[in-house]
Amino acid sequence: MYRYDEFDATMVAERAAQFRGQVARRLSGELSEEEFKPLRLMNGLYLQLHAYMLRVAIPYGTFSSRQMRRLAHAARKYDKGYGHFTTRQNIQYNWPALVDVPDLLDDLAEVEMHAIQTSGNCIRNVTSDQYAGAAADEVEDPRPWCEIIRQWSTFHPEFSFLPRKFKIAVTASDNDRAAVRVHDIGLRLHKNAGGDTGFEVIVGGGLGRTPYVGHTIRDFLPKEHLLSYLEAILRVYNLEGRRDNLYKARIKILVNAEGAERFRGLVEEEWAQIRSSGIDLLREEIERIHAYFEAPAFEKLPGESVALNAQRDGNGEFDRWLRVNTVAHKIPGYAIANISLKPIGGIPGDISAAQMEAVADLADQFSFDEIRATHEQNLVLPHVRKEDLFKVWRVLKAAGLATANIGLVSDIIACPGLDYCTLANTRSIPIAQRISERLADLDEQESLGELKIKISGCINACGHHHVGHIGILGVDKKGEEFYQVTLGGSAGEDASIGEIVGRGLSSGDVVDAVEKLVQFYKSERNDGERFLDVYRRIGADPFKEALYAAA
Amino acid sequence: MQLLKLSSHGRGRISPALEEPSQEVSLDEWRNNPQAHADATALVIPNDASVADIKKDVSGFDVVILDFPQFKDGRAYSQARLIRERMEYSGEIRARGGVLRDQLLFMVRCGFNAFEFGDVGAADAALREFTFAYQPAADSVAPIWRQRLAHARAA
Repeated sequence: MYRYDEFDATMVAERAAQFRGQVARRLSGELSEEEFKPLRLMNGLYLQLHAYMLRVAIPYGTFSSRQMRRLAHAARKYDKGYGHFTTRQNIQYNWPALVDVPDLLDDLAEVEMHAIQTSGNCIRNVTSDQYAGAAADEVEDPRPWCEIIRQWSTFHPEFSFLPRKFKIAVTASDNDRAAVRVHDIGLRLHKNAGGDTGFEVIVGGGLGRTPYVGHTIRDFLPKEHLLSYLEAILRVYNLEGRRDNLYKARIKILVNAEGAERFRGLVEEEWAQIRSSGIDLLREEIERIHAYFEAPAFEKLPGESVALNAQRDGNGEFDRWLRVNTVAHKIPGYAIANISLKPIGGIPGDISAAQMEAVADLADQFSFDEIRATHEQNLVLPHVRKEDLFKVWRVLKAAGLATANIGLVSDIIACPGLDYCTLANTRSIPIAQRISERLADLDEQESLGELKIKISGCINACGHHHVGHIGILGVDKKGEEFYQVTLGGSAGEDASIGEIVGRGLSSGDVVDAVEKLVQFYKSERNDGERFLDVYRRIGADPFKEALYAAA
Repeated sequence: MQLLKLSSHGRGRISPALEEPSQEVSLDEWRNNPQAHADATALVIPNDASVADIKKDVSGFDVVILDFPQFKDGRAYSQARLIRERMEYSGEIRARGGVLRDQLLFMVRCGFNAFEFGDVGAADAALREFTFAYQPAADSVAPIWRQRLAHARAA
């Protein structure tokens, strides 16, 4: 894991001190709320329906048990004893008092954490594959490049007042777990024919009101040129992106208005001017950053654990958790263990302080001190010995964290919705809870296979409904909550935007609708076909018919 | 509006400038009829103007004025860097419009060295809030990674 040196520590401490001054100016009345707003929004502090909300950055989703314990401390001291993991691998506190926020940020700074650029029209916290450094299917660990991007983008003087927010995601696997095709910039590390690794650069993807799958503007960028190439893209966007309409200000609108070819031309022209101007790091610094991410001291273990095979025999619940929540690790004898934050009927992404501490203890003992947050609002212990999995599972079970539903129908992404958010038209969380309860049976869920439901409480699409296999979008119709269903979206390497399948449904009907769709899929599927596969094979019409046919 | 100036490029001292009667001309007026504006000392460039081919326009002026129609419209940050770095313009680049205390350091880093801003005490404090910078820009500050390398080599 990356560790701060004196420079990083000074940056974060000075930012905390600066923000303390800004809050003091607000509290003394020197700044009006209107004047304070752009300042707090540069530091992840939103004013929500009932209270301030603070969004804390977890760069590329990697953090330590010490940091998790501090997050638990902050939840107890400054919030109501819980936190909420988001689709950007961050954590949010929903109830801090403004006067306490500077102290909260000081507490976080002590463990190398902050809220820098978790909001505002700047380059946001960079996101990545939650299995980075552990996945059997990755080309190499993408996190050193995420850290390089983090440093370059932090307080970038030219790109702190962009037309709109800007999100960069990085993956190093053909199985895209970072949704790189629906980000402002997506980067995919891969090997070319010569055996070198470099970046595929994808630009102009995004969700929101106008969803787009991004365009590849470069198949292979040599790694050492990453920062100058990003700077060229950002400069073109900063100068050319629309600023007359908030809803047309993201880079996806510019890329699609210009056309990907012309946009590529603008970027390449700018890059030619700056590629040798000292933006890119020298090899020594690239290597220094890589050294922080060297693999932990894995033991030489047999691929199969005899103890584990005995433990799973006759323990159906544990066996299911192994099947559903653990993933192949690149080192024999190890596994990646997912921790679901989607208990049946629970609030997606919520976690109590006591649960945070349980996860921290497990990471300490069994995962080389590392934890990951996922964009699907779950957590990961990336490096667990197979023979320790039973112990890990028992602790998780006791903490209420062992729901075996990763990637299944109840592993739902939902935005905070009208329960918290000032932008929302409808509630999202109660819909997620009711769907999860309706389809609670885990045997049934497992037999349905991978099925991703994503729920947004308004058109801004924070719940990623456009890329749900089943997406649900809340809309307000004359003061009543309605829900529109989309089908066939995907955030993966086969990214696609879901199609709206018909008129909106009431909050009472939407849960029935999901059940109908699921039943219809079951009746149509061939062996091994996922929901998405069936949809792509037979198209929208049969699903529509099933959904709207008179009961 | 008070005018503040930096004593040098990069992170010099900031202090109120004596009001100089600068004669302003807009980029369009200048390009349409340079003879009519031979006395002008300050070129005012709107923030939606391309600065790609502006080198010969700016070279004769003591002052270039870039505009922030609103504080959150950040196009002039890129314009300033292009004029300072690519055009190698060494005169005054002045920020006008939505110039807020907490943006002054970003502006300085992008090559601005004069600001239409009312509070010299606040400006001075704002420019001292950060010791280091992660990335190179138009000021003379070495980015953190170069300082790290220098430390490592000295050790």
